[in-house]
Amino acid sequence: MSEPEKAIIDDNLERCLAGLTKDRIKKAIDQVLKKESGARLKAYVETCVHCGLCSDACHVYLSKDKNPIYSPAGKVKRTIWEMIRKNGDVSPEFIKEASIIASTECNACKRCAMYCPFGIDVAYLMLTVRRICHLCGMTPMYIQDTAHSHAVTMNQMWVKDDEWIDTLQWQEEEAQDEMSNLRIPLDREGSEIMYSVIGPEPKFQAHLIYNMAFIFNAVGADWTMPSTPGWDNSDMAMYTGDNEIMGRVKREHFDTAARLKVKRIVMGECGHAFRSVYDMGNRWLNWRMPPIPIVHAIDYYYELLKTGKLKLKEKYKKSVTLHDPCNVIRGGGLAEKSRYVTKALCENFIEMTPNREHNFCCNAGGGVINCGPPFKDKRVLSNRVKADQIKATGAEVLISPCHNCHSGLEDINHHYKCGVEIKFFSEIIYEIMEKPGE
Amino acid sequence: MHTLYNFVSGPLAWIAFLVFIGGCLYKLYTLFTLTQQKESFIFSIMSVKYGLRSIGHWIVPFGTVNMKKNPVMTVVTFAFHLCLIFTPIFLLAHVILWDESFSISWWSLPESVADIFTLVVIGGCCYFLYRRLTDPAVKYLTTISDYILLTIVAAPFITGFLAYHQLFNYQLIMILHVLSGEIMLIAIPFTRLSHMIYSPFTRAYIGSEFGGIRHARDW
Repeated sequence: MSEPEKAIIDDNLERCLAGLTKDRIKKAIDQVLKKESGARLKAYVETCVHCGLCSDACHVYLSKDKNPIYSPAGKVKRTIWEMIRKNGDVSPEFIKEASIIASTECNACKRCAMYCPFGIDVAYLMLTVRRICHLCGMTPMYIQDTAHSHAVTMNQMWVKDDEWIDTLQWQEEEAQDEMSNLRIPLDREGSEIMYSVIGPEPKFQAHLIYNMAFIFNAVGADWTMPSTPGWDNSDMAMYTGDNEIMGRVKREHFDTAARLKVKRIVMGECGHAFRSVYDMGNRWLNWRMPPIPIVHAIDYYYELLKTGKLKLKEKYKKSVTLHDPCNVIRGGGLAEKSRYVTKALCENFIEMTPNREHNFCCNAGGGVINCGPPFKDKRVLSNRVKADQIKATGAEVLISPCHNCHSGLEDINHHYKCGVEIKFFSEIIYEIMEKPGE
Repeated sequence: MHTLYNFVSGPLAWIAFLVFIGGCLYKLYTLFTLTQQKESFIFSIMSVKYGLRSIGHWIVPFGTVNMKKNPVMTVVTFAFHLCLIFTPIFLLAHVILWDESFSISWWSLPESVADIFTLVVIGGCCYFLYRRLTDPAVKYLTTISDYILLTIVAAPFITGFLAYHQLFNYQLIMILHVLSGEIMLIAIPFTRLSHMIYSPFTRAYIGSEFGGIRHARDW
C-alpha cells in the first residue's frame, strides 16, 4: 500500500488562483490548442481508444497502487480532454489542478509512448498542458523561480557573472593542489571542446567541475569553458512551457559555442539539459539536430575508455547498479555506451530490471523535483517501484548519470532505506583514474 | 419492407461508401496540411526505415514488451482486428453482391470459417466490454461514447450472424445488418474508429522519433 499524502500548498498556485479569470483561461487554451498545436494533438486526441494499455508504463500509477487517475491516459483525461470537451470553458480551480497534474504527476519520461499501441506521446500532451498553465500564470512557485532565473541571468540558479568565473577559478586552484599544471581554460577560442554544465554545479556541486577538469587535464583534452552567460546548458523554462525563454537560453548556449569556434560541446552528466539541447530547444529554434554536435558525458567517457586515453589505476571494487535516465537513454540511445563505461570502470555490475529503455523513471526529472519542497513528499511517495527496483539489485552503489535523477534517487534512497550510495560516473572515475604525478 | 431493403442496400450503400472513402481521404488531407502548417519539422523526422521498423514490431503478435505483459488482450485484439477486416471483405455473400453489381469477384472464405470469424469479432467485443466494466484503469477512461462505438462495431456482425443462420425475422435482420454496416463505415472517419486511418501515421512518427533521433527502441 502506498502511504497517504499530506495536503500541498504552493504559494504561486494560490496567488494565481485568486486572480485568474475564465476569460484569460479561454484565451490561453485557444492560443495553445487552436493556434500553436497541430496534427499531433489532433491525431493523439482522436486516435486514443481509451484502452488503458499505457497504465503499466507509469511509475506513478504503479506506485500509487494502480489508482487509475494516475495512469498516463488518466492524466490526459483529467486535463486536456476536459479542456477540449468544454472548449476552454474551465474554472481557475481546474487549471490549478491541471498544473499540479502536468507538473508533478508526470515526468515527461515518455515510457508510456513505448506502451501505447498507437505510440501516443502523453509526455507531449502533458507539456502542452504545462504550456497552457504557463500562459495562465499557473506554474508551481519553485520551478517558476528557476524559469525567472533563466530569463534574467541565462542560468538556472541566479549565478552572477563574477560568481561563475570565481567558482571556476576556485575549483582550478583547489585542483592544482593535486595536479600542479591543471587549468580550466576560459574562452579559449578554437578549442576542440566547449564544456558546459548546469546551473546547480557552480551553485552547490562545484566538486563535479573539479572532477571533470581533472579528467580533461589527465587525458590532455583541448577544451575550454565560457566565462560569459551561455555556459549553462540547463533549461527549466522548457518544463514550465515557457518556450520563448527556452529558445533564448538555448540560442545563447549555441551562440557561445559558435563564438568560441569549438568543434563540439561536451556536457556534464545531466539528462534534462541533454533533452533541451538535443531535442526540444534546438527544434524550437528550427534546427532539426543541434547546430554544433552535442556529446553527453557518458558518450565522452565511452570515447576516452574505448580509445584508452583514460587510464585507470584499478577497477572500482564495490558492487554497482546503473540507473538509466530517460533523457539520455530513451532520449539519446546511450544505453549500451552507459553499460560499456560501467563495465570498464567497475568490477561488479548488477543490472536492475527493467532496464535500458524500459527502466523506471526517478520521478524527479521533467521538472518535478524543481517544483520544490511543497511537492517533495508526493514525489517520493509516488515512486515506490523505483525503491523496490533498487533494493532488488542488492548493489552497494547506484550510478546515476543525471543530476535530477541523482537528487530524486537520494530522496527515495533515504525514505525507503535502500541503503545505496549514489554516484555520478565522474566521481568513480576520479577515484580510480591514474593521476599524473601520483 | 422490401422497399426499405432496396433503399438501404441501394442509395444508402452508395452514400455510406462515399462518406467512408471521402471522409478518410479528407481526414488524411487535413492531417497532412495541418502538419505542413504547424509542425513541418515532422516531415524532417519521418523516416521510412524507422517508421516501418516500429509498425513491424507492433503488427506482430507479442512483438512488444507490453503485448507480452497482456497476453489475453494481445490474443484477443489481434484475432478481433484480423477477423473484423477479413470477414466482410472475403465473405461469400458479400463477394457475390460485388459480382452481381459490378461483375468483380475475388476469393471468398469458406462459410463455416466466416461463421467462426464472425463469432471471434463478437467475442472480441464482449471481451472489450468486460474489460471496460471490470478493469479499473480502463473503466476510469471509459465514457458513454466507448459503449456506443462498441455497439456500432458489434452490430453488423451480430446481425450478420443472425441473418446467415436465418434466425428471427430474416428480412428485418437483413435490413438491420446492411444498415449497421453502413453506420460503421460512416463512423470510421468521424469517431475514434479513425484510429484505423491515423494509427499507421502516429506509429510511424513515434517510431521515427525513437529510431532516428533518440536511437532507442519504441516497443
